[in-house]
Formats: sequence, structure tokens, C-alpha cells
Amino acid sequence: MTGLGPHWVFIVAAYLGVALVTGLTIWSVVASARRIEARIARLEAETRPHVVAAGRPN
Amino acid sequence: MSSVAEKPNWFSRLANPGQFLIWSRLVNRPLAVVTGLVFVAGLYYALLHSPADYQMGETVRIMYIHVPNAWLSQFVYGVMVVSALGSLVWRHPMADVSMKAAAPLGAVFTGLALYTGSLWGRPTWGTFWEWDGRMTSTLVLFFIYLGLIALWRAFDDQLRAGRIVAVFTLIGAINIPIVKFSVDWWHTLHQPASVFTPEGPHMPMSILMPLLIMTLAFTLLFTSLQLLSMQVEVRRRRLATMEKRRAYAAGTPN
Amino acid sequence: MKGFAAVIRRDLTLAFRGGGDIMTLLLFFVMVGAIVPFAVGPDKALLSRLAPGIVWIAAFLSLLLGLDRLFRNDHEDGSLALFRQAELPLAGLVAAKVIAHWLLAALPLIVASPVLAVLLAMDAPTWLRVVLSLVIGTPGLAALGAMGAAVTVSLPRGGLLAPVLITPLALPLLIFGTGSIDAMAGNSALLLLAAVSLVLVAVAPFMAALALAVSED
Repeated sequence: MTGLGPHWVFIVAAYLGVALVTGLTIWSVVASARRIEARIARLEAETRPHVVAAGRPN
Repeated sequence: MSSVAEKPNWFSRLANPGQFLIWSRLVNRPLAVVTGLVFVAGLYYALLHSPADYQMGETVRIMYIHVPNAWLSQFVYGVMVVSALGSLVWRHPMADVSMKAAAPLGAVFTGLALYTGSLWGRPTWGTFWEWDGRMTSTLVLFFIYLGLIALWRAFDDQLRAGRIVAVFTLIGAINIPIVKFSVDWWHTLHQPASVFTPEGPHMPMSILMPLLIMTLAFTLLFTSLQLLSMQVEVRRRRLATMEKRRAYAAGTPN
Repeated sequence: MKGFAAVIRRDLTLAFRGGGDIMTLLLFFVMVGAIVPFAVGPDKALLSRLAPGIVWIAAFLSLLLGLDRLFRNDHEDGSLALFRQAELPLAGLVAAKVIAHWLLAALPLIVASPVLAVLLAMDAPTWLRVVLSLVIGTPGLAALGAMGAAVTVSLPRGGLLAPVLITPLALPLLIFGTGSIDAMAGNSALLLLAAVSLVLVAVAPFMAALALAVSED
């Protein structure tokens, strides 16, 4: 990687590491959001199927 | 309390969890798009459109992702302190949700600041770690974040946890400036021969610009993740209430 | 004022009745200092350079050990709830307990410090400075410990968490404490140590009382 000078390893490691951790964090937050919504939907379907069927917002 | 009769005013939009969910969910996607765009612009400037530093060479590019994370590590703690005050002093309902969401994010940014700082130090000053004032203070801040997260997890009752964590966040807030001061003092006492200057004496616009854009990008990233995490926490509490209600209805103790 | 003194007396009596607690703490303190030569070698020059730091670390760890029982017993048997109704404000209670804790945990260490001074090849002037720094700094440590103990009192396994919470915040005391032993910058460090210790002692009763009140709800 001639564009980045003799210490390109560190630059690449820094950017890749940050990208990796940032991506993981974003994924983790989004995944937990999906998980919670799924559990709520399941619980709603179990306890109040008539409300869910009617499509009324809670 | 959300009421259907009156239009929710700005305060209830902030304070009422249901209202909060409505407006913050609308913000999610646009904010994510803006964040992405600013990152693209920032990376373009950081990696392609800016010169190498005359002292440090290309490794100055690490600074463009180190400084934003270092800034955020402190900014997020500030957000937690404001939330802690909101929880204890004003009893704001969303305050401890905000505090809980911010802690892991703050820990991530602080960890990244340490990681990037270490990688920057190696080619520039020869070591992966230098016990100087700034890095040491960042390490201490990292420990404080992790301690706060551990404190959250130690409680079963998250509502009471919120108030205890708020107290400790404030205790930390009082002590952190003292820690910084003492660490700086300690470092100058044991100062090795070389002087540690993270940025050069001046910062020309060609270097300042990518720095500011990347700082903005990371701050927007924190904001979008913070809002998302708060939404998740609100929903998580709703879920807990629903499960409890179901257990009562079924007649089984939970 | 009477209530204040009564709390101190009570804590001291309970501690003495409880048996070998102080002895155990003393033993721990001396042992921590004594094992260092096994870890770094018996080189006298090295040891005497490290000695101030070792003594401070040993004192810090020993104070951490005794933290949990600061509030936990009173929380569990309901005394804390009673104290909230008392005439003495909760902050006053905490202040009294910090004083008692210092008398029980820190004072014995200071008295035992000559043993460590001998083991770690400390000379007399240095040891005197160590004693001075401990006298000034340990109240701050006790106050900080009280805040950590108050925050974790309602947790069943909170005893493990308090040291983790407190250690980063105790750095200034450690830094200025060991710094004040060195002859060079010693005097300014001693003043800074006193300042930090004072701030912590002043703040702790109120913050700890807040944490205790929140824990009791």
C-alpha cells in the first residue's frame, strides 16, 4: 500500500478495527431492537389475539 | 400520561415514553442516512483528500479516527451526567433510560480511543502504550464506564438500578476532573525525555477539516445509536410489564 | 452531637465484639507488603524505591477489604431504615461511620507501618513521611470507600463490585500519597493530597446518604 507510507500496517489496523467494532455495535443495537419487537409481538399474539387481529395500535 | 384528547406538547414528547417512541422512530432512518453521508465525506477527506503531516507522515490519518473517539468518550459521560441529574433532581422519566443507553456506547468509544491511540503511538513514538496524562486518563475513564455497566447488570430491579447508577455517575463526575489533574501531575513528575504532542503546534485547514467532519460523523453515529438504544430500553420495560401481567393473569407467581 | 458520638461508639463496640477483624486486616496489610520481595526480588535498592508505593497499595487494598461491612449489616437487619427516622441526618450517620471505619481500619495500619518499613528497607525519614501521607490520605480513602459501599449496599453480591467502582476514583489519593513521600516534589504533593482528601471527606457523607436513601426505597 504505497499510498500510506511505511507505517501503513498501523493505519490499516486502526481503520479496520474501528470499522469492525463500530459495525458490531450497530449490529448489536439493531439486533436487540428486532429481538425485543419479536418477543412483544409474540406476547401480544398470545394474550390478545383479538386486538392484534383488529390491527389496533397499542 | 399520554392523552388522546389534547395534542402532546414538547415536554410530554420528551418525557412520555410512548410519545418519545413515536417521534424518535421517525428520526431513526433520516439520521442514519445523514450519518452515513457524513462518514463518506469524512473518510474521503481523511484518506484521500488531505495531505500527510510533515512530521508524522501518513500516520496522521489515524488521528482522524482517534480524536473523534476521544472526544466522544468524554461527551458521552457528559450526557450521562445530565441524564443522572435529570433522574435524581427532576425525576424525568426518560432520564435513566438515556443514562443506561449511553453507558455501553461510551465504553465502546473509549475503548476505540485507546485502541487507535495505541496504534498511533507505535509508529510515532515507538511504543504501543505510553503512561502519559491523556492516555492514562482515558484508561481510567474506560474502567469507570465498565464499572458503571457492571453496576447496571448487578441489579434485578432496573428502576432502582437507575437511581443508584445516577448517584454513582455523579460521584464519578466529581472525581474525574480530580483524576485528570492528578494524572497530569503524575506524568509531569515522571516525565521521560521526549515530550508528547499529539497534534502539531498548528492545525492547518487541510488537517482540521477531515478532523471536524469525522468528529461530526462519529457524534451523529452516537446520537443515532443512543436513540435506538433508548427505544429498545423503553420497549424492554414494556415487555417486562407485559410478561408480569401475563403471569398474574395466569395465576402463577413469577 | 450526642447521636453522632453514639454511632461512632456503637460501631467501635460492634467491631471489637466481633473479634479478630482488626487483627485480620493488619495481617493482610503486612502480608501484602511482605510478599512483594518474593515477587520482585530482595534487592534492597529496588525495594526501598518501591516501598512507598507498596505501603500505599497495601493500605488501599486493606481498606477495600473492610468496606462491605460498613453498611451491609445495618442494611440487612433494618437498622438503616431506623436511622433514616432518627434525628441525626443520614449524612451525619455516614460521617460518623466513616470516622469509625477510619479508626478501625486505617489507624491500625498506620500503627503497623514500622513493620513494613523494616521489611522494605525504608529509612526513618522516609517512613515518617509515609506515616504523614497515610494520616492525611487515608481519611479520603475511607470516605471514598463509604461512597462505594453505600452504592452497592442493596446488592447481594455487592461486595465484589465496590472495589471495582472505587479504584479508578482513588487514583488521585494514590498518586499524591506516594508523590508526597518523595523529597523532591513532596510538599506540593502533600498539600494536593490534603486537598483531595478534604474534598472527598466533605462530599462523601452527602453522596453516600443519597445512595443509601435510594437503596432503601
